[in-house]
Amino acid sequence: MADARPPLEIAKPGLATTVQDLGRPGYYHLGIPLSGAMDREALVAANLLVGNHEGDAALEAVFLGPEIRFAGDATVAVTGADLPPRLDGAEQPGWAAFPVRAGQVLSFGYLKAGARAYIAVAGGLDVPVVLGSRSTYALGALGGHEGRALRAGDRIGVGAPRRPPPAGAALPDALRRRAEPVLRVLPGLYDHRVTAEARERFFADTWKVAPEADRIGYRFRGGRPLDFVPREPPFGAGSDPSNIVDSGYPYGSVQVPGGTEPIVLHRDAVSGGGYFMIGTVIAADMDLIGQLQPHQPMRFARVDMAQALAARRESAERLARVRAALA
Amino acid sequence: MALKTVHAPLPGTFYRSPTPGEPPFKAENDAVAVGDTVGLIEVMKTFTPVTAEEAGILKAFHVGNEDAVMAGQPLYDLEEG
Repeated sequence: MADARPPLEIAKPGLATTVQDLGRPGYYHLGIPLSGAMDREALVAANLLVGNHEGDAALEAVFLGPEIRFAGDATVAVTGADLPPRLDGAEQPGWAAFPVRAGQVLSFGYLKAGARAYIAVAGGLDVPVVLGSRSTYALGALGGHEGRALRAGDRIGVGAPRRPPPAGAALPDALRRRAEPVLRVLPGLYDHRVTAEARERFFADTWKVAPEADRIGYRFRGGRPLDFVPREPPFGAGSDPSNIVDSGYPYGSVQVPGGTEPIVLHRDAVSGGGYFMIGTVIAADMDLIGQLQPHQPMRFARVDMAQALAARRESAERLARVRAALA
Repeated sequence: MALKTVHAPLPGTFYRSPTPGEPPFKAENDAVAVGDTVGLIEVMKTFTPVTAEEAGILKAFHVGNEDAVMAGQPLYDLEEG
């Protein structure tokens, strides 16, 4: 962008803070995943609050907020997780735009709820566009700021504001989506590999988010192991009963290696492999996954295609209300 | 002597030793200097050291080894001085 603003100076990077937009569609068949915000709705809201296009690049902070010095005046909004923003130590509202003056420092209090906060700056973050996106795919060292999570001392460029930021804009409370510990799953395509009783158990049991859960996959543990239907391994499949002949992995697909710990593939998913999938988390609930905290109890709820499509319509309608509220 | 409670900066699994079987970084009633590692919090395959920002005597832990912790949860009490 031509008329760039003074940069953000990263004093403390947080845990794994990355630049994300709405992702990099179109390359998954080459093994390059979508990436982008884990909670897309929160990213869109943050951008709209500061007058950006909804797919502009912002920061995704997970569990631990960064500390950022602003070299120039800016308008900022923080959405998603309840990670209280502070400006020179003074608490600022979440889900609302607030002005920052040159030299001020943005920091964060302890995480109170959710897992990932989105920090949008009017004008968007101006990192190079790679394959159509500014999103960071850290596993592939692609996009974002030098293809990696932020480090202390990084300077992140800011673009020119697209329109005068709406001062004091805030998203009505009813439109702030919060993490719910239930993920709706459409069963298939390999759920025939486990017994009927195991399929029931998978949906009946309470699981807990494993601390390893990240942008590639969210791992869960604590439910009872799944029993497999005996078989002769087909040519190309491994001898473990949870193996299949290699297949594409959809976003949201739930693989259960060894039948013990389900892993839901997320925005930085690997595109294929040899584990059976018991089902796929529906599109409408993908945003919720990235807001689950480690050790948080949760469960999977079975839905059919009609329910999944209805949920997707509800999701689109809610997003339309967010856009209308911040237009 | 003022007693100060130090909180977990992020959620995860709390470890008191660098690796299983090794002695803990700090025992109760140990002296703590600024920058000392008091424990580790593991989340997303990353071990984040919990380092002391103030010096004093570590009076008591509120969490055990390998306990799940939430951000903001009390970790230990420090007698400042």
